[in-house]
Amino acid sequence: MLSAFIGYRVVALILMVTVSLIAMLFDVKPVMAAAVLSALVWNFFFIPPKFTLAIKSAEDVLMFLMYFFVALVNAVLTTKIRRMEKEAQKREEKENTLKLYNTLLNSLSHELKTPISTIIGAADNLQTMADKLSEFNKYELVSEISKASLQLDRQVSNLLNMSRLESGFIKPKNDWFEVKELVYDVIKDLKEETQNKPIHVVVKDNLPLFKLDYGLVWQVLHNLLHNAITYIPKYAVITVRAFCKENKLVLVVEDTGHGFPENEINKVFEKFYRLKNSKTGGTGLGLSIVKGFVEAMHGTITLENMSDGGAVFTVEIPSELSYISHNVKP
Amino acid sequence: MKSAEILVIDDELQIQKLLGITLQTNDFKVNFASTAKEGLSLAKSYVPDLILLDLGLPDESGHAVLKKLREWYTRPIIILSVHSEEENIVKALDNGANDYLIKPFRTGELLARIRSSLRGSLPVGYKPSAFNGLEIDMNLRQVKKNNELLKLTATEFELLALFFKNEGRVLTHQYLLKEIWGPGYLDQTQYLRVFIAQLRKKIETEPNQPEFIITESGVGYRFIGKEH
Repeated sequence: MLSAFIGYRVVALILMVTVSLIAMLFDVKPVMAAAVLSALVWNFFFIPPKFTLAIKSAEDVLMFLMYFFVALVNAVLTTKIRRMEKEAQKREEKENTLKLYNTLLNSLSHELKTPISTIIGAADNLQTMADKLSEFNKYELVSEISKASLQLDRQVSNLLNMSRLESGFIKPKNDWFEVKELVYDVIKDLKEETQNKPIHVVVKDNLPLFKLDYGLVWQVLHNLLHNAITYIPKYAVITVRAFCKENKLVLVVEDTGHGFPENEINKVFEKFYRLKNSKTGGTGLGLSIVKGFVEAMHGTITLENMSDGGAVFTVEIPSELSYISHNVKP
Repeated sequence: MKSAEILVIDDELQIQKLLGITLQTNDFKVNFASTAKEGLSLAKSYVPDLILLDLGLPDESGHAVLKKLREWYTRPIIILSVHSEEENIVKALDNGANDYLIKPFRTGELLARIRSSLRGSLPVGYKPSAFNGLEIDMNLRQVKKNNELLKLTATEFELLALFFKNEGRVLTHQYLLKEIWGPGYLDQTQYLRVFIAQLRKKIETEPNQPEFIITESGVGYRFIGKEH
């Protein structure tokens, strides 16, 4: 018997340590149970007379009651500390969400308020000063309203796409399509943004058909090109390449602008991330949507700077291929 | 000619107002309904020439209204929708809608859709019909572009003839596959891709920037012949 070597009072301390350990791992109820149980075990097996719950000496009664009390306090205190830790963690999470929320609010209020102010202001001018405005100015105001509303529409679409991603709502609907058709379809949609500035397209004629979600791939390329058009200097050239590599569709968007600061390159796909010295408007949603969509299709996206300046986005998406176009001789 | 009467079923007052001004300015007569119930009874009471139907109505889904209308109403129905998800659109087209517009839409687009829907399917008869220098002769089974004869295969010709008949209207992938290849080919979209690409190479001036056969992403194709 243990008490033969170390005396039954030391056993009490050993049991106490056990209760403390349990308190570190478990919730308040099991700890209470352990405290009560260990007190009884100590009494039954170790306090003379052994194997009874009776206690002879007054000293031992005091010891037993003290043991019981200390074990309980131990349990309660540890649980309290753990609860406080949990609360602190929750608070930190809340603060982080709040920070993200504030970033969103800041960029959104700017990105949405600007077109809204334009629309309200221009409409107001047209309403109250119609007789004073020249025909040319009227036309200018109307086209500002039109531009601003398109901008609003794009931002809202971005937000909707983001919430679709967040809710895990994206299930790709795959169907066969021609990459070349998709590339030119996207470029056509960006006609107003490019202002007749050409985007170079390098897509070979003999590519296979790919079986992917046309809408998702379309949005990926659209956001990448829109991003390039918005942020690169006027003289810079944008090139889109599409090719097939080992059962993968590869889309490359490269430009001859300034590229990205090396220390920020890893962050550009983060939600709401804006480059440190970015002067142009934007919510920091476009590229994170690109990444989300690409990953929803089990693909990858990378961003690199070219040695002579300019940035290269490379998207690779695994896909079924069809070479039917090479066989059909109509 | 009597001006066409259009029934707008949409619960948004702003949209009603906008559509009212746009349509009246372009010599259409317009009536409005804000709920599915009101729309169905109005449609029955005067049988409009065309219905613009919003998919998101307060009392009943637009899809259900479309089905009820199609039990007796044979004139064109154009769907208005804020959902850009192709599924909704394809579903509505399958259920008998003639065309669709996604809000926000351009006025020009709206009028083009209404006009081509009102025109209905063209009876492409035995006299050649032509759009923008592209001419088809159903009798001789010939296609000319700027008076030059094009060499089309039989399938390409059928495809183009179908597009001519439905000028200005969206044709879903499923519809095209069924009409040209037959009901057994509904999931063979890769055939369609290939033949559209080949047809474009032959009829388009710039096959990569097509002006005749327009891609309706996720839905189908639209053949644009006239300047709208």
